[in-house]
Amino acid sequence: MSDEKEFQLNPTPHLDELEKGPWPSFISGFKELAKRTGNTMVRGALDQLNYSYETRLGYWKGGVVGVHGYGAGVISRYSMIPDLFPEAKEFHTVRIQPPPGLHYNTKKLRFLCDTWERLGSGLINMHGQTGNLQMIGIGQDNVQEFFDEVNKEGWDLGGAGAVVRTGASCVGPARCDQACNDNLKLHEKMLTYFTDLVHRPQLPYKMKMKFAGCPNDCINSIQRADMSFIGTWRDDIQQDDAEVEKFIDEKGMDYVVNNVITRCPTNAITLEGKKMVIDNKDCVRCMHCLNVMPKALSPGKDRGLTMLLGGKGILKMGNMLGAVIAPFMKCETDEEIEAVIEFVENIIDYWADNALDHERVGEFMERIGMHQFLEDMELDATIEMVNHPRDNPYFKASHDHDPLAKKG
Amino acid sequence: MAERTWKTIESGPHPYMEMLHPVCIKNYGKWKYHERPRPGVLKHVAESGDVLYTVRAGTERQDTVDIIRRFCDLADKYCEGHLRWTVRNNVEFMTPDWSSVESLISDLEKLGHPIGGTGPSISAVAHTQGWLHCDIPATDASGAAKSIMDTVYEEYVREEMPNRVKLSTSCCEINCGGQADIAVVIQHTRPPRINHDILANICEMPSTVARCPVAAIRPTTVNGKPSLMVVEEKCIYCGACFGACPAMEINHPEYSKLAIWVGGKNSNARSKPTTMKLVCHGLPNNPPRWPEVNAVMKRILTAYKEGARDWERVGEWIDRIGWKRFFELADLDFDRFLIDNYRHARTSFNTSAHIRF
Repeated sequence: MSDEKEFQLNPTPHLDELEKGPWPSFISGFKELAKRTGNTMVRGALDQLNYSYETRLGYWKGGVVGVHGYGAGVISRYSMIPDLFPEAKEFHTVRIQPPPGLHYNTKKLRFLCDTWERLGSGLINMHGQTGNLQMIGIGQDNVQEFFDEVNKEGWDLGGAGAVVRTGASCVGPARCDQACNDNLKLHEKMLTYFTDLVHRPQLPYKMKMKFAGCPNDCINSIQRADMSFIGTWRDDIQQDDAEVEKFIDEKGMDYVVNNVITRCPTNAITLEGKKMVIDNKDCVRCMHCLNVMPKALSPGKDRGLTMLLGGKGILKMGNMLGAVIAPFMKCETDEEIEAVIEFVENIIDYWADNALDHERVGEFMERIGMHQFLEDMELDATIEMVNHPRDNPYFKASHDHDPLAKKG
Repeated sequence: MAERTWKTIESGPHPYMEMLHPVCIKNYGKWKYHERPRPGVLKHVAESGDVLYTVRAGTERQDTVDIIRRFCDLADKYCEGHLRWTVRNNVEFMTPDWSSVESLISDLEKLGHPIGGTGPSISAVAHTQGWLHCDIPATDASGAAKSIMDTVYEEYVREEMPNRVKLSTSCCEINCGGQADIAVVIQHTRPPRINHDILANICEMPSTVARCPVAAIRPTTVNGKPSLMVVEEKCIYCGACFGACPAMEINHPEYSKLAIWVGGKNSNARSKPTTMKLVCHGLPNNPPRWPEVNAVMKRILTAYKEGARDWERVGEWIDRIGWKRFFELADLDFDRFLIDNYRHARTSFNTSAHIRF
């Protein structure tokens, strides 16, 4: 970099099209950063990206880059065409675990930015789809120093590959009136407990955990996580009758009937004049009425979490949603949290011992069957695990099962 | 590298209380209700009577230290040095002071960040890394997301959709972008091209064979070298093998197309969570603006906005009006590829006499 001459970017005509339009342009951001810092790696990355746009192909390949003592957390990227774009011949990513709920302070963030500008590209992805802070673009020679520097300030690497992955949480009880579980605390305790499994690949494949404060599941845990922890309650919805009446007066009876009463998935709500009567035995904790009337309705007080297992994306057997494995667990005291973690550890151990290579826990359960899974995990079958009992007679019935004896 | 003097502390995630806004710490778990005073702004009221406003703004998602420092400047100015991000890459500023809300909005807009993404709006696209950083992408995600958000910008800054709309884009069929109300995902249209010269050197063959969802990959010998072959009649062009073996190139500038999926829903509100369904495939992968994809997406969103009732997500709207009418309203063709042919396909068949005429 020369002080006398302004740092020049190369022409990127394809990318320049992405500087138009009202939405914030990442290309403009990249260019601003490259010009200000004179970081040639950013210029090289822009050049190669422009070439990808021109040829409609990607040009990064993986390799092995890491930090001392860890087996995961750095995603290595080498250009396949370093002769064309030597400035970005190395462009590795460092995954950093964010704070639960993605709550930051500026001191910590500025420190990350300063260290990253000094040792890396200055490009940061907030956030990756699993939830990591992704520091995009660093040369191999700087990776260890960057990690050491940020580790001194309490930042640790996230997961990659066949490990317990970085956890993800919604905003949680820090700011949400609907949070039924202290998901931020559980996130911290759970991921801290499994730190060794985050850093060193010892599992059949990835294990993702997401922590949602309530069944609105803003963190997308059922679709995206092998283990989904969702805050819920088992007593009655809290109602403020005066606020209900006020809501009806403000919005009108039509609105309440069309948008609350008839939208209840189990028809659990009826009206008596301007009083809402909820049959809580029929309530499935879907959150809809609470979403529409947050001032009048709140989750109950006996709170805990529902845990679902086996959610995953496409590879390899097609996508799966998580399915209930524990309908309700208390999760407030340290002992209760430890019990949840122990439950999780048992599942991970069993899966790790028995799954095939590259087999997510949901696929593993599908292969061995739920009976085997429940038996080996010593879990009771509960009706909440299924939509309905089986509709075929193909099972090894037990000759000494006495349905009448159990009633007593 | 210089000699290391630091001994790693495997600290895991930061303590969850460490970086919270002081009002969040004081009222942790004791929030009473929330309102939305205007698009992009939330108001949370605590049992203590404390009020906390949140201003939500759209970001580049592929950020830089400059962008983040500017956010930090605003957080220092208005939010006692605290800020957070949402799952869909929005940045959030919290303050107990309404006059700070107005200043924050003005400052963020001056920096080019739209205020919105709350309530019944179209929030920012969840997306993957694409050509910028991934090793197996057939397209770019950041550029597609930018183009889409330019197209639907007005629906981000308003709250005029029937319910919230979540979008995603993915650069390969693994679909790291995830399930969404409307998603754009790569769909390949031919088998991988195998580079037999290098395959045995760079690929672990048994795990590549095992990676195939339809068991179409077999060991073979080509020119005296061990390699792999693909039974093309069985291959479903998914590209799963490419992730395991870079010598099985699946991506192609012309033959890697884009597909549109609709009706994914993560929330448990009203109906149970659902996966998204394929409604259009074969769109060209056309950077830098992907106009064909944008046009179809816009048609679907327009039909949804006009036709859905309040609180109906895209999938719930289609449940009510039926898929047949959806295809009519969105002006899309139904073809045999939209009928599932994989495991459990029959669970998606119409096993009834319920027909809409």
